[in-house]
Amino acid sequence: MIKFKSVSRVWLAASLIIVLLAAGMAGCGQQADQEKEPAPKTAAEPVTLLVSVAASLTDAAADLEKLYQEEHSNVSFTFNPASSGKLQQQIEQGAPADVFISAAEDKMDALEEKDLIIKETRKDILKNSIVLIVAKDNTTVKGFNDLNNAKGKIALGEPESVPAGKYAQESLTSMNLWDQVQAKAVYAQDVRQVLAYVESGDAEAGIVYKTDAQISDKVKIAAQAEGSTHSSLVYPVAVVKASENQEAARDFVEFLSSDEAQAVFEKYGFTTIE
Amino acid sequence: MMDLDPLWISLKTALLATAITFILGIAAARWMAGRDFRGKSLVDGIFILPLVLPPTVVGFILLYIFGRNAVLGALFFELGRPIVFSWSATVISAVVVAFPLMYQTARGAFEQIDANIEDAARTLGASEWTTFWHITIPLAWPGIAAGTILAFARSLGEFGATLMLAGNIPGKTQTIPIAIYFLVQAGKSEQAITWVLIILIISLASIVALNYWRKYQQRRLQPVAGEVYSDA
Repeated sequence: MIKFKSVSRVWLAASLIIVLLAAGMAGCGQQADQEKEPAPKTAAEPVTLLVSVAASLTDAAADLEKLYQEEHSNVSFTFNPASSGKLQQQIEQGAPADVFISAAEDKMDALEEKDLIIKETRKDILKNSIVLIVAKDNTTVKGFNDLNNAKGKIALGEPESVPAGKYAQESLTSMNLWDQVQAKAVYAQDVRQVLAYVESGDAEAGIVYKTDAQISDKVKIAAQAEGSTHSSLVYPVAVVKASENQEAARDFVEFLSSDEAQAVFEKYGFTTIE
Repeated sequence: MMDLDPLWISLKTALLATAITFILGIAAARWMAGRDFRGKSLVDGIFILPLVLPPTVVGFILLYIFGRNAVLGALFFELGRPIVFSWSATVISAVVVAFPLMYQTARGAFEQIDANIEDAARTLGASEWTTFWHITIPLAWPGIAAGTILAFARSLGEFGATLMLAGNIPGKTQTIPIAIYFLVQAGKSEQAITWVLIILIISLASIVALNYWRKYQQRRLQPVAGEVYSDA
């Protein structure tokens, strides 16, 4: 008589093997389809570009997509906005990004050092400034020095991963305000979250980019930090080396320096670099 | 030497949250176990809800209740002690997510008790409280202990809702899971791994230790409970 235990073990092993084979075949099937790409298409092949952008570029990205598609209808985009530090980590861990636009040079430097970007495509395209924001009806904080008297929390990007936080820390340090602010700080995972904290009133003040303050009608700018108080605030762009759509990616990066793209950036308050 | 604040914050939060959940969970379970009423399923569903909702939804709802412009939140804000971005927020988030575990386990334990035993106590003149404290609880103890283990582990691991309500404030609200999240984002994998190991060890050790204690308690109470109530 067949023992129940050994029969069920055989079934378990068999089902596992079948599942693995099915998964394997599905994977191979996909690759085979791609390799057997039939005769040349008449129109340009559809391409999807994954563009990792600093959070502050979220809105400009949407406009750029529409603009670019007017001339390149075959290209669709997936924008991946997050803090530049997070995006850098993702690329280091193998995320399939085609293009990376960072809000700080050091994040791009790190990728360049690890040979993860195509060096010749790297270019500085934008400049920005950081500002102190408060809720529209706030009357207590009128400048950086008022942060000493702020009773509530001060929202900043987390300095290690969020460039806006790093610039904020640098500025506050040169203004000798870092210790006081640090005691009241709450750290956000990207600059848009800092904005949200101030908009909701949970933080009394926050430091974001001028461009972020511009898109919100719930906050006002209390002060702007002098460019000399922090490291150079430039946004570099580059094509990721592991990109499977290098040509399309390069085209898009070129486009970012065009007059039309620059007009979009300037509309949102960025300073473009010739 | 690495900053150990996240460890103390996580432990303080988890211990207090477990204590609060212990009381609330048992109270709710006792209340629901004996009764039947219209809408009981709905109430039960609400109690269990934090278990199945995504942490971001839990966080959103908590912000809606405790946020600065919300009913309860505004009250605390006026008193000078806003809930958002405070250590209390970490405890509140932990209690909310741990509660369903304590409640469900305790209720299961209470419902398994033979009502005859409790009734016998009542006919012998014991008050409700005496019955509950000296008969019901000891009989339900293994289940209650299991619920406590789960509640502690869940409180320790709470992340999503905590980040939304308490924010990331090193030294005040930065629990271990939050510290790990930001360390990974900043590319500090060594520190992140250290914290991952620490929380793994604490969680595992707590579960193992409490499991041993639970078995010991169960054996100790056997004469009272009888073989019928040995742990399934």
